[in-house]
Amino acid sequence: MSEIEHHDYDVIVIGAGGAGLRAAIEAKGRGLRVALVCKSLLGKAHTVMAEGGVAAAMGNVYAEDNWKVHFRDTMRGGKMLNHWRMAQLHAQESPDRVQELEAWGALFDRTKDGKILQRDFGGHRYARLAHVGDRTGLELIRTLQQRAVSMDIDVFMECKVVRLTTDDDGAVNGAVAYWRPTGEFVTFGAKSVVLATGGVGKSWKFTSNSWESTGDGHAIAMWAGASLIDMECVQFHPTGMVWPLSVRGILVTEGVRGDGGVLRNSDGKRFMFEYVADMFRAETAESEDEADRWYDDHTAGRRPPELLPRDEVARSINSEVKAGRGSPHGGVFLDIASRRTADDIRKRLPSMYHQFMELAGVDITREAMEVGPTCHYIMGGVQVDPDTAATAVPGLYAAGEVAGGMHGSNRLGGNSLSDLIVFGRRAGIAAADRAESMAREPKLNQAQVTEYIDEALAPFTRDSGENPYDLQHELQELMQANVGIIRNEAEVVEALEKLDELKQRAANVAVGGGRAYNPGWNLATDLPSMLTVSTCTAQGARDRRESRGGQTREDFPKADPELGKVNFVQRQPSGRGFSSEITITPEPLPVMPDELMAIFEEESK
Amino acid sequence: MSDVVMHVWRGDADGGQFEEYTVPKQDGEVVLDVIHRIQATEAPDLACRWNCKAGKCGSCSAEINGKPRLMCMTRIDTLPEGETITVTPMRAFPIIRDLVTDVSFNYEQARKVPAFNPPPRPEGGYRMSQVDVERGQEFRKCIECFMCQDVCHVIRDHEENKARYSGPRFFIRYAELEMHPLDTNDRRDLVREEMGLGMCNITKCCTEVCPEHIKITDNAIIPLKERVVDADYDPIAWLGRKILRRTKRTAEQAAVQPD
Repeated sequence: MSEIEHHDYDVIVIGAGGAGLRAAIEAKGRGLRVALVCKSLLGKAHTVMAEGGVAAAMGNVYAEDNWKVHFRDTMRGGKMLNHWRMAQLHAQESPDRVQELEAWGALFDRTKDGKILQRDFGGHRYARLAHVGDRTGLELIRTLQQRAVSMDIDVFMECKVVRLTTDDDGAVNGAVAYWRPTGEFVTFGAKSVVLATGGVGKSWKFTSNSWESTGDGHAIAMWAGASLIDMECVQFHPTGMVWPLSVRGILVTEGVRGDGGVLRNSDGKRFMFEYVADMFRAETAESEDEADRWYDDHTAGRRPPELLPRDEVARSINSEVKAGRGSPHGGVFLDIASRRTADDIRKRLPSMYHQFMELAGVDITREAMEVGPTCHYIMGGVQVDPDTAATAVPGLYAAGEVAGGMHGSNRLGGNSLSDLIVFGRRAGIAAADRAESMAREPKLNQAQVTEYIDEALAPFTRDSGENPYDLQHELQELMQANVGIIRNEAEVVEALEKLDELKQRAANVAVGGGRAYNPGWNLATDLPSMLTVSTCTAQGARDRRESRGGQTREDFPKADPELGKVNFVQRQPSGRGFSSEITITPEPLPVMPDELMAIFEEESK
Repeated sequence: MSDVVMHVWRGDADGGQFEEYTVPKQDGEVVLDVIHRIQATEAPDLACRWNCKAGKCGSCSAEINGKPRLMCMTRIDTLPEGETITVTPMRAFPIIRDLVTDVSFNYEQARKVPAFNPPPRPEGGYRMSQVDVERGQEFRKCIECFMCQDVCHVIRDHEENKARYSGPRFFIRYAELEMHPLDTNDRRDLVREEMGLGMCNITKCCTEVCPEHIKITDNAIIPLKERVVDADYDPIAWLGRKILRRTKRTAEQAAVQPD
């Protein structure tokens, strides 16, 4: 094999969405050698898809808001499965992180007195989401991107990491990647590695996620010895587009409901009033009148049920459709046209207006949208230390969607962008601390490097074999049908059997053409991660025999208090890599200290 | 339903040709859907960029029937029925493969922009009024699809101009910073002398292709040209600068990246 391009860095960050950029900025700010490695062009990461806003208890609209209320909302939204310490740090630090974005050039919408405006979102007691119309993710990524560029951070764009390398002690010391434009390999030596690779949603048929969301970070972390938690907890966003079929799954922001939009069934009825769970009854409006008063003044009525946490709304839409009260294309109606003026809608929700007009020929200022649940986000992920984002593997850190724990079993809207900047920064600090403490440059094990490169090139060596697109298609159909929004024992067990078969077949995928910008080959190298994380999700879905947040079992429709005290933890104890066994064990949740517990106890009185 | 016939440019830096693909028409599909179906069936190695498939990331820019468009936002049923659809890569950038071009020119230009430089944050955070932030917000809608760069005739047919021309995408970036209520850098000389603002002769091609409908020419380039001219030739502004201390930093100072 010819000489392979190699670079040494103090810190490499894999993934250039919000978390990766924020981590890289932090480490670079310490004067370290930092590289950012990403699968797409810089600025195209999934963060740009975030629409509604970034949650931060700044109290600009409701002075009553503070971190404790945000903490409480986050934990309740996650059905108390969250790591309490992550939820606490997140609520405490996100206001500073949002202000910091402004100092780096972000232009948020303003209140009348010139402060950052905040909007209502599901599960948040107060209007809390700093936003820019309905394109907040773009603002966040562009701000961080421009900051990173001004700091001269080295960026390796369209460069896919296939494996992490480890030293004799099991610490991570680098990564093996290939350039998509040329297909040539590149290796990185690094004292610390931050994973910020985002989610897994591309394994479902109807998803808001792009081709990038193949769970690479989850998989390479596990293959390097890290543990994953709560992988069964997958969020189906209640409102994705359902028609035309080719755009099915594309996100419709929760901001539509935050700004007054309501859900109706085929009878024109606001059905969400029928689906208020006991846990949320005390704070949810009982009538349309009461709900409508709330929009203007949160003290004049209780919250509309359309703004319950996402898991609740998604399940309710699913039930209405199943009961035969759906819209013509199998969703329900999301109506803002009859509730706000056309000018308001175009101003507050410009990209939704544009998206429906261009893609569906629907004018949302005049008619209702058809929407239904779409695979959106994974709450589960790499198990990390809350304060440092450190994984079980020395030298490896994880932040953003790839990390687990922060959101419990269900994430509140707006808590993702804030998660990225709070824990991206913390990961950057911890990764920099470790790099500074290490005297020697890491040295890669060449046998490992060769093995990983051969693994990635194997699809070219097979003369005949399966088309990777066929395999991906079967995986998406399987996960949609068997491990979707509503699950049962028989279906997830069947899914696990089929996943085993797909894994066997993935070892026999063949691709043609050259290595330069070859999407078929790129997909073939994504399949091992997709199949690994899908197996983890299906295993968790089998073992968590209860319904909680992003895990809904029709054969166990209630939450089980005992299972509410455990994380399901997955590892590869013997042998690491795509074909090695994955174990799953319930382990106790970290215990919340009394002073935080008191926040919930006061409420129940 | 009838078929869609698509001519897709296939090749690399060494040259290439059109390949014809025929796929069954499906309701509501966009050009990118058809490209994906071709990939999944006939040509797994057909190269194209895409991410969000909702017009938000600006990855899938190409020229459809000769016009720069986002493939994800171009519905097949808006194109002339029964006619072959031609899809080619953006012409202003070097080809990597098939529909994928080397857009690194844009990332190099981005590195030349002096960073945003606000005054220290006051207690309780910055205050700005909505009307003031809205001017910059228009430009920050930019999804960096680079189609305005592709269509700009200053560089589309004149490779040699790239060295001294940053292009419409970066003129809106400079305009945004110039109009930012908090920014303290003065980039006007830089834009005029190094970034080639004068070479733009406001034909508005960029505005026409912008998928975000940013009024690039009217709201960014023309005001920027006016500011640059004012700075140079306005005798009152000149006198003002002599008498009053300048509050903005000069181009030279601004060109130095802050730590």
